[in-house]
Parts: sequence; C-alpha cells; structure tokens
Amino acid sequence: MTTTTSAAAPAASKAATRRGAPRRGVANHGRLTPWLFLAPYLVLFLTFVIAPVILGGWISLHQWDYTLPGKPFVGLQNYQDLFDPSSITFGTFWNSMQATAIFTLASVPLLLVVPLMVALVMNQKFPGRNLFRAAYFAPYVLGVAVVAVLWRYLLDRNIGLINTYLGNLGLPDDIPWLSSVPEAWVALVGVTVWWTLGYNAVIYLAGLQDIPRELYEAATVDGANKWQQFWNVTFPGLRPVLSFITMITIIASANMFGQAYLMTTGGPGRETRTAIYEITQTGLRNFQMGSAAAMSYVLTLFLMLLSVVVFWLFRERKA
Amino acid sequence: MSTTVERPQNPRRASGGAGPKPVTSSSGAGLAAGQSTGRTVLRYVVLTVLALIFISPLVFMILTSFKTSNDAGAVGASWIPSPFTTQAYESILSASGTPVLRWFANSMIAALGNALLVVITSSLAAYALARMQFRGQRLVFAAIIATLFVPPVILIIPNYLIVGELRWLNTLLAVIVPTAASAFGVFFLRQFFLGIPLELEEAARLDGASPWGIFWRVVLPLSRPALATLALLSLLTNWNDFLWPVYVLFGPDAQTLPAGLSTLQSANNVRYDLLMAGAVIASVPVLILFVFLQRFIIEGVSRSGLKG
Repeated sequence: MTTTTSAAAPAASKAATRRGAPRRGVANHGRLTPWLFLAPYLVLFLTFVIAPVILGGWISLHQWDYTLPGKPFVGLQNYQDLFDPSSITFGTFWNSMQATAIFTLASVPLLLVVPLMVALVMNQKFPGRNLFRAAYFAPYVLGVAVVAVLWRYLLDRNIGLINTYLGNLGLPDDIPWLSSVPEAWVALVGVTVWWTLGYNAVIYLAGLQDIPRELYEAATVDGANKWQQFWNVTFPGLRPVLSFITMITIIASANMFGQAYLMTTGGPGRETRTAIYEITQTGLRNFQMGSAAAMSYVLTLFLMLLSVVVFWLFRERKA
Repeated sequence: MSTTVERPQNPRRASGGAGPKPVTSSSGAGLAAGQSTGRTVLRYVVLTVLALIFISPLVFMILTSFKTSNDAGAVGASWIPSPFTTQAYESILSASGTPVLRWFANSMIAALGNALLVVITSSLAAYALARMQFRGQRLVFAAIIATLFVPPVILIIPNYLIVGELRWLNTLLAVIVPTAASAFGVFFLRQFFLGIPLELEEAARLDGASPWGIFWRVVLPLSRPALATLALLSLLTNWNDFLWPVYVLFGPDAQTLPAGLSTLQSANNVRYDLLMAGAVIASVPVLILFVFLQRFIIEGVSRSGLKG
C-alpha cells in the first residue's frame, strides 16, 4: 500500500527538479511563511550545531575549566601545547591520535571490502534473500553498549567463548584479547566489523541495484566474464556509493569510542584510548575544556583533510 | 515482501529484471541443470551456516541471561542454561544502585521524544525548502547539508556547556533536544516531498487551502512511509546513543539504558548473567522493531547512500 507512493517518488522528483523546466511551488505564500516553517528547525540547528562550532573555537583560546570561576584567555597556547613535545598534553594527545589512526587504518579497508562481498552475494535473486540480509543487518540495530558488553564476555581471557573454541580447535586458548596489544586491536576491529558490516552492505546493495541491467547484458554479449564484468560494470557503477561509504566509514571509525570505553577502557595502559576518548575525558571528566576543544579542532581538521583526499581520489579516476 | 520496496526504487530494473537469469540456467542441458541444483543447495548451506554463526553471539547473549551466575561464569560454558532461571532479571530489576526499569523508561521517553522532535522540525523545514521560494533558500539548504560532513566530535565540548547553561545536564532534555536538528531528516524528507506530484497541492490551493493546510492535509498524509522511516531511524539512533548520555547523564536515576549498561558493568564486573540480562533488556525493543519494521529501516539506510 505505502510502497506505491515511495515508488513514484524518485522518478517524479527527477521531473520536478529537471533543469530548464520552470520550478513551480506554492506560490501564494507570504514572505514570512517559509521562515515560520523553518523556524523550529533553525532554532535547534543554530543552537546545537552552528553555535557550538563557533563556541568551540572560542573555548579553545582559553584555559577553560568548567569548575573554576576564572577562564583566562590564553590565545593559541592550547594549540601550541599540542605541538610542543615538552608539554604534558603532547604525549597523551598524539598517543590517542595514533590509536585512532591504527583503528581507522585497520577497520576501514575491512569495512569497505567485506560488506561489498556480502552485498554482491545478496544482489543475486534467490528465495529467502531478505532473511539473510536481515541476519547480517541485525547486529547494527543494537547499540554499541550492548555490543561491547556482550563481546567483552565472549572475549574474556579465561571463560570467554572465543578462547574456549580456539582451545577446542587445538589453538592457544589463553589469548589476552582485551588486555594486550595487538590482540586488543584485533578484538576492537573484529567486533566493529561484525557490528556495522550490515549497514555498509545495505548501502552497497542499493548502489548495486541502481546499476542498469542492460550494462551487464551488453557486457555478456561482448563476452566479458564475471571478473571483467565486476571491474568494468559493477565497480565503475558503484563509484558514487563507494566514495560515500568510504567517507562515512572513515568518520565513523575515527570516532570510535564505545567499544574501547567498555571493552578495554582504553587499555592496556593508554594503547586503545582513541582521540575522541581522550578529548571527552580531558574535557568532560577533568574539565580542561580549552585543551579538549583545541584537540577536537585538530582532529576535525585531520578528518576534513582526509575527506578532501577521499573526494580527490574518487574524482581522479573518473576523468 | 520487502522486494516490492526495492523494485520500484529503480524503474530501469523492472524492464531488464526478467532478462539474463533464465538464459544462464536454460543454456545448460540436463546434467548442467542437475549441477546447478546442487550448487543452489550448497549455496544455501553455506549462507545458512554463515548467517547462523553471524547471529550466534546474540543467541548466546539471550541464553546466558537465563543462566545462574555460576553457570554464566563457568569455563567452557554450555549454550543451554541448566538450570533455566530468571534470577538474573529479578536481581537487576530489584537492585537499587542500578535502576534498570527507570533506565528503560528514560530511554523510551528520550527516544520517542527525540523522534517526534526530529520528524516535526525536519518535515516543516523540508517542506519550506522543497516547495517555497524565498531569499536565502539555497544558503540555508547548503548550510544544513554541509553539517552532514562535520565530524560530531567538534560539537561535544561546546554543547556540554550550552546544555549546562540551559540547566539541562542530568535531565532527559539533554539527550532529547540537541541531537534533534537532523540534517539527514531535512535532506531525506525534502527529496520525498519533491517527488509528490505538484498537481495534488495545486488542486488543494485552488480549493483555498493555506500553505499550512496543504502541508498538513495533503503533503503529510502522502508522506507517511517517509515519516515513519525517519521516525524509526531517529528512534534507533537515540535509543542506542552512548557517548553523549555517558557524559551528560551522570546520576543513576537520570541514565538511559546504554549509559546504564556502563554503570551496570562497573558495578558487576564479572556477573555475566546480570550483564547479559541488562543487554537483553536494552536490545529487545529495537530487535522487535527490527523484526516487524525492517523494510522501513533497511530502506531508510539504503536511501542515505543515494545522495551521491
């Protein structure tokens, strides 16, 4: 019943926004009307999105302790400290940036490739396909807290199911999954892949279904085998989706928090204490908000540069 | 049933859908056909085994929540609880330091409140952006879309101060309101509204309906599936949100379930029966939603990737 409406939407929206066609709207509205419609959203948007971005920059120029009355202006001192090896924050901050980098580098390739393989299998028509798709998507509807609490149990060194089964297979059964590196990274990455694989797979699947069948038929006529079809039809057809998934996966991985907070508490030592973990602990536990705000600006700058690189990479091959 | 949702998404597929598949299977004669049945069976077996392994941790979580503390903490634990007991649930539901029922109610209120706020604010804004013409329209839309790519980390510290200034710390308002300015919601609903045939709205206008009347009586009723999808995605996101509640809801009575699970874990470090019972309580509502409404959820997620 409802599907007919959603079915008509994409086709009609193309017609409505087609360039050159006169764009008609609700013409008889007063000048204030659009702003009245926008007002509730804009109040939230300005208060909790735009203002914080500016306020964050302002805070980062101060020695801003939430619990103290005085918040002296310190200029760029907080930033200088982050780049000054002799300061206290230098070591902890870059250690956390390194943790974020390790996690991102390890998880993003897996989260790009494994869901693509799942999506390619699911893209074939077979009965019960939706049931399988639902199974792969299911972990994603759970929150990170549930996932992390569950896996801390499964990965427990002594009683965890994972070590038990490894032992049954004749492999080492006392792997310190959560208290030693690199084991902890393997655990954190593995759990994250299990948790979010379905999300990326569903987006890939939508992209795959947007590739016109005719292209595959033409490729088959030209004698292309499956592998050639993948590289010459599927892969180019997926490019926009691929760049989108790469971007959101990098941002998601660079913001990894809950898994480390609940499974390793940032340990062993500070090895798995990610940048966002360090920022929130510095700013919201120790209340050194100026320093934390500066850290979040530096991290954001890194992520934005990375986004530009990703965009550029996907543009480059297109030409 | 959900295939009907996918198919219309791509009209091009409908024409070619019947094409190539039968050709490959009919090209082989008797022997090849036999092979392909064998392959189909093999494919099902492999897929089923993989899917079962994939969701087995969830099954283990649920089973463990019905075990005794000793059973759950035993080395090489068996899957089936023996004896089967609900004492983990009774125990965490009655513990005073970890008021799980209160957390459950908090999570419900927060998720429903947030979803409602998202749907109301996004639909109003999206309608203005889709159907009205005004100065600054492009700028407003561009600013909203740009924030889709702003890493959320930059908002945490200043929003804590803003929420503190509003005296919302340690109250549910802190987890309901700040995340309600949904750029995805505006983008998603605007796309949907643009697809509604203008003739319907123009007919209503000729009947003398105001912009509000058109929005309320024509556009919103036609948009129920999109509104439901957005509400559902907001509900899930808010229900599962962890980082923000952990820091802004510090009192035991103020917490939502994910933040509460963290408290529960610190209070019962190796009582895995209790932890799994808590995790099940936090999962059951979203798993139920997923089972019954998965096509909305999955369709909403797949739409989010089509903006490129």
